Amino acid sequence: MNSILESFGKALFLILHLDRELVGIILLSIKVSGTALVLSTIIGLPLSAFLAFKKFPMKTLLVSVLNTFMGLPPVVVGLFVYLLLSRSGPLGFMSLLYTSSAMIIAQTILAFPIVSSISHSAIVSVDPIVRQAAATLGATPFQVSWTVIKEARYGIMSGVIAGFGRVMAEVGAILIVGGNIAGFTRVMTTTIALETDKGNFELALALGIILLSISLLINLTLHFVQKLGTAQARS
Amino acid sequence: MSLLLRVSDLWKAYNGSPVLQGASFSFDENIIYVLIGDNGTGKSTFLRICALLEQFDRGEVDYISNGQLLPHDIELRRRITLVLPKIGVFNTSVFNNVAYGLKIRGFERGAIVDRVNNAIDFVGLGHKRKQAALTLSSGETQRLGIARALVINPQILFLDEPAAFVDVKNRKIIEDIILRLTKQSKTTVILTTHDMQQAERLANRLLILMEGRITVP
Repeated sequence: MNSILESFGKALFLILHLDRELVGIILLSIKVSGTALVLSTIIGLPLSAFLAFKKFPMKTLLVSVLNTFMGLPPVVVGLFVYLLLSRSGPLGFMSLLYTSSAMIIAQTILAFPIVSSISHSAIVSVDPIVRQAAATLGATPFQVSWTVIKEARYGIMSGVIAGFGRVMAEVGAILIVGGNIAGFTRVMTTTIALETDKGNFELALALGIILLSISLLINLTLHFVQKLGTAQARS
Repeated sequence: MSLLLRVSDLWKAYNGSPVLQGASFSFDENIIYVLIGDNGTGKSTFLRICALLEQFDRGEVDYISNGQLLPHDIELRRRITLVLPKIGVFNTSVFNNVAYGLKIRGFERGAIVDRVNNAIDFVGLGHKRKQAALTLSSGETQRLGIARALVINPQILFLDEPAAFVDVKNRKIIEDIILRLTKQSKTTVILTTHDMQQAERLANRLLILMEGRITVP
């Protein structure tokens, strides 16, 4: 018990004194997950709009596949990206394995189905009368679609926040494709795993506290966004 | 530029059940036409077809301006508008709801502010312009729908049961708005109702939709 408290105290010391290694790891985590989130949104949002507005064969199947991908096992994604980027893989010539770019690719694959699927649900949930209203007021088909997307903004924001939560807490895929190299590909979750193995609990705990704080912030933001959307829909 | 609507031999059926069976009529400018008929006789269908929001099976819907037949394109659609019985309110303020039609037409901000404020005042919602539109009462929502249509200065305004879901007070306000509108502009109003008394209060010309055809009493 004493050793846990002692480690906890040292962890707080690292946080309060903005330990350079700690700050570097946090910044890299935010950079990797933030970039992955931006890419996921760039891919996921147009895909959700396409699925919501276009009629085509096998659409239901595609939506089901996308929903299934929300629960992709990170280690499987890591393995898949590893095979793609390894020297003998089809994208091996790009020399991306064990770089932060590889980690971004893996996290994007994990996050975009979440962003896309939740956004799709939000868009199709918009009352059809809103679409009709836009059309009666002289909107072009594109303007009608854009209006519907704007009406679904709270649901879309929820999707983006949920995607961020997924990538920030992810460890399996980035460990495989990033290699957990100090100063280059070592992020919060992989550092926690490594330092725990080494018995160096201070840094692991410090990062754990930061990660939990970020998760709490994400969940509070998500809760706020959902509440805002629900309140406006009810009123 | 005037805009006239001529409907000829209009047919429409849903799942084999005929709704419109050769409906024909020519609508002139700056007149309030009230189309009455029992529920399910096809009044809403007729308005939706005339507003170019629904396809028809057979017949002609011709818009004529200065003797020219107009194509059914976005330019024509922007000269007419339909207010549905259930207003699709956008999740934003009253002001932004009313500004929608001008924004999608690319109006500049200064022009938008003036026109929107005028339209909001015209329907008596001036004190609620900053309020979230979803918090309006049903009567106010209906007036919001009318303001949203008026702000774009439609040459033909279709109103589908504009006072169907409102109380007596708001019904009187809405009727007053419609009467003032035709006095102050050249807008042609074509509205449907199943309320005979309301039809008599508003109509310059009364039309009856019965068995899929339009008749003049």
